Amino acid sequence: MTDTAVTETGVKDGPLVIAGREFRSRLIVGTGKYRTNRLMVDAIEASGAEMVTVAVRRIDLDRTREEGILYHLDPDRIFLLPNTAGCYTAEDAIRYARLARKAGMSDFVKLEVIGDEHTLLPDVQATLQAAKALVDEGFKVLAYTNEDVVAALRLEDAGCAAVMPLASPIGSGLGLVNPYYVREIKRRLEVPVIVDAGVGTASDACETMEQGMDGILMNTALAEAGDPVAMARAMRLGVEAGRLAYLAGRMPKREWAVPSSPTAGLLA
Amino acid sequence: MRGTGTIEVTVNGVVREIEGGRSVRQLLESLDLHPGLVVVERNREILDREQYDRIEVEAGDVLELVHFVGGG
Repeated sequence: MTDTAVTETGVKDGPLVIAGREFRSRLIVGTGKYRTNRLMVDAIEASGAEMVTVAVRRIDLDRTREEGILYHLDPDRIFLLPNTAGCYTAEDAIRYARLARKAGMSDFVKLEVIGDEHTLLPDVQATLQAAKALVDEGFKVLAYTNEDVVAALRLEDAGCAAVMPLASPIGSGLGLVNPYYVREIKRRLEVPVIVDAGVGTASDACETMEQGMDGILMNTALAEAGDPVAMARAMRLGVEAGRLAYLAGRMPKREWAVPSSPTAGLLA
Repeated sequence: MRGTGTIEVTVNGVVREIEGGRSVRQLLESLDLHPGLVVVERNREILDREQYDRIEVEAGDVLELVHFVGGG
């Protein structure tokens, strides 16, 4: 899985552990917006992800044969993380989370409460309110949030199993716009920090993992790629490269040059 | 009276006429839905799968039938 590159070097790295559940892959992918279900399944395979997000929606009763996600994904092979996408209030998010749990997969939920239709940025106050309620009901809450250190701390205090700051807005592909703040969130929290949303290409994934993040969640970057399966592979390598670079420890940045070749022994 | 006449219920936002006296399971089957892949919310209360046989759909019920779809 994702650890391949890391283990080859002998560098020690444990699994991603969320609420006691272990994942070898640090890449979590969404299942939305693929041109075909076949592409989605193949992209998930190529990504090496062990956990994928799904949404809860009304069944379309006008269609002759309903194509729910469970016709394409085997929950025994891949861990399904239901989201509360599309919710604008804490009440709605709680309702969706309860419906998702009743589907019988697990207590895990990706909590997402949107505060603004244009940017899809989270309503942090409503997210916190919903997180508290869901934690009280025994949910393992993975909370999508801003790259806001204080909000992240509050969500951890509320009992969230993981905190998921954005790299940039959902579906934007703008990459990691605020590496300093996500680094600070990682430094301050004990629960896993998973960057969710905004990663556009493999270099974004690599850069994000170089900040020491525990994982990345992405959807549009794969689904809207020219070749989603190839991009899934690229993202897997990007995540591995970034993780390994983080563990390796990068050289310091200097604003001056230091020669790589000996200065002694130059010809007179 | 069980099994007689039709009743009006709202299913996923649309008013439908269905046979009276049907259980939730019978309703799902009449809609060609696999009960194991559907979560049912009846009048804002989420049902357990074990209740599908026991609970009868009543006139005026508001039912939401949901499942997992692709999402991020």
